[in-house]
Amino acid sequence: MPALTESIALGRTRSATARKAPSRSLDTLFRTFSYAAALLVLLVLAGILGSILYGGWPAFREFGFGFLTSAAWNVGTEQYGALVAVLGTVASAFLALLIGVPVSLGIAVYLTQLCPGWARKPVAMTIELLAAVPSIIYGMWGLFVFAPLFARFVQIPVSNLAEGMPIVGTLFYARVPSGVGVLTAGIILAIMIVPFIASIARDMLDQIPTVLRESAYGIGCTTWEVVRHVLVPQAAVSIIGAIMLGLGRALGETMAVTFVVGNANRLSASIFDPSSTIASRIANEFNEADGLQLNALMALGCILFVITFVVLIIARLLTRRVQSA
Amino acid sequence: MRPFAYALAVGLATVQLASAALAADITGAGATFPFPVYSKWAEAYRKETGSGLNYQSIGSGGGIKQIQAKTVDFGATDAPLKAEQLAKDGLVQFPTVMGGVVPVVNIPGIEPGKLKLTGDILADIYAGKIAKWSDPRIAKLNDGLKLPDSNITPVYRSDASGTTNIFTTYLSQASDTWKKEYGAATTISWPVGQGGKGNEGVTATVKQVPNAIGYVESAYAKQNKLSYALLQNKAGKYPQPDDKAFQAAAASADWKAAPGFGISLTNQPGDDAWPITAATFILIHKDAADPAKAADVLRFFDWAYKNGDKLATDLDYVPLPDNVAELIHQEWKDVKGKDGKPVFNM
Repeated sequence: MPALTESIALGRTRSATARKAPSRSLDTLFRTFSYAAALLVLLVLAGILGSILYGGWPAFREFGFGFLTSAAWNVGTEQYGALVAVLGTVASAFLALLIGVPVSLGIAVYLTQLCPGWARKPVAMTIELLAAVPSIIYGMWGLFVFAPLFARFVQIPVSNLAEGMPIVGTLFYARVPSGVGVLTAGIILAIMIVPFIASIARDMLDQIPTVLRESAYGIGCTTWEVVRHVLVPQAAVSIIGAIMLGLGRALGETMAVTFVVGNANRLSASIFDPSSTIASRIANEFNEADGLQLNALMALGCILFVITFVVLIIARLLTRRVQSA
Repeated sequence: MRPFAYALAVGLATVQLASAALAADITGAGATFPFPVYSKWAEAYRKETGSGLNYQSIGSGGGIKQIQAKTVDFGATDAPLKAEQLAKDGLVQFPTVMGGVVPVVNIPGIEPGKLKLTGDILADIYAGKIAKWSDPRIAKLNDGLKLPDSNITPVYRSDASGTTNIFTTYLSQASDTWKKEYGAATTISWPVGQGGKGNEGVTATVKQVPNAIGYVESAYAKQNKLSYALLQNKAGKYPQPDDKAFQAAAASADWKAAPGFGISLTNQPGDDAWPITAATFILIHKDAADPAKAADVLRFFDWAYKNGDKLATDLDYVPLPDNVAELIHQEWKDVKGKDGKPVFNM
């Protein structure tokens, strides 16, 4: 018996040493490769930032800080300002999150906690299918199908109701009740980001050890309490990450928004009014742009880059706070 | 996506250039508006002569850039270049076909072609100065029409486009305030209304929004059976926006007024002239680096002037009057090879 265990032990050490020898060179190769892959991303990013900064520089130099605060966009007089597009971008992305996040989290919780087994796969697949729909399809659907219905059943009634009221009237009165505008863009964007947030959140909730959930149920928690006090805190960091991914898409989405945002260069307090986003303005004008207009569009791209970057930093700070709490 | 598509188109053009060199086809790039008629012409021309044409519709701006960079045999643009620009780049410019821009409306209870407008009123609608269809100025022009007391929604092209340039050129001619405050360009800062992407976007919005007004190319309005408004021309008449009216505008225009035929066809005199008419243009280098190629380009368009009228009208474009084609042939004498002789002889 001792001889047997010894031989097993010997065999273990032998195989262990036998495995070690070739793995070292492979290890170095693997390490170099992954290092290069990570570095490549940084280089590409720096290249993109560098080229749009270079392209946008004449516009920044011409208008200075005023480029950010001016609402003008006039090709004829060569006056360019980013304010309307920046506000439109932020407003539509914010509305998208406001609508999209609760829906996505609801989907994720339902799929992992409440959904009967046979329905899980089809529902999950349908949601993921939404992510595969090209954005131009969302745009065309938004313009031809959604916008008319939205105008008829939401914009016009709400607008009639809100007309003349202080504050509410400014926010919800549609001077052009055509169904397109900042809110419509937000809704379409919400539909587009739901699959991203929902599938990541679902995966995260699925990975929480069953023991945790079962012990919570064991001490008499309701489903709501389990979700609220056990699951959400556990998955919070990843869920914030998922939301940020969705926000990133909402900020940069181009084609769908171009179709439904109304493309107007005006400041308006109403969420029913047409506006424009940075991405939609670039999509609309890049083809025929020349000279200073092209520089201004590049500068807009640069600003979008910075906005996305700031959002990422905020996300980092947020996850760190959640983690330490 | 659009910039990407643009890059793709440029890329494709380059690839096509390489293959075109082998097939000895002529290559062109530019305006999207005449793309359907150019490709129809090319098809027929190939059948007849065996030589072909590669045309990439990447937009007028792209066409101008490509001919400046000499990557194509000819460039195409909807807005004509100015004389000094032509001289600077050593280019010859000539028109090929024409089209019109038509105001389309969606006013409940008003039949197509019943509403009459003037350029001045149209400008004030787009400037937001006339906000309702029941405005006394519109009512005065349209005795007997029951116009609703509702807000007008002006609809414009959100993407930069030659159509917008033509339309705003007309508004600038019709109204001094418009000229001063907004001017004419491929995109302008619209004070009211909302933008639709492309002719389709404008059409969809006008159809969906009651009391909206928009503007589209006439071929587009006709094919989609949109309800249109009539415009008062310089002679004070209200012609129907059809081929006859566009050709009338071309016939009464003074084509020799600007080098490279870069005249505006908007607001031309003549009882039958439609006020918002425009031609689309071809650009080619004066000093031909490859005289045989330059001659091929001119031979193609010469063929198109002689044989392409029917194909153009089938697609709702308007052929140029014959006397203009003759003037263009005169201009072609400027395209010379290294020996100083014109590359194309009639």
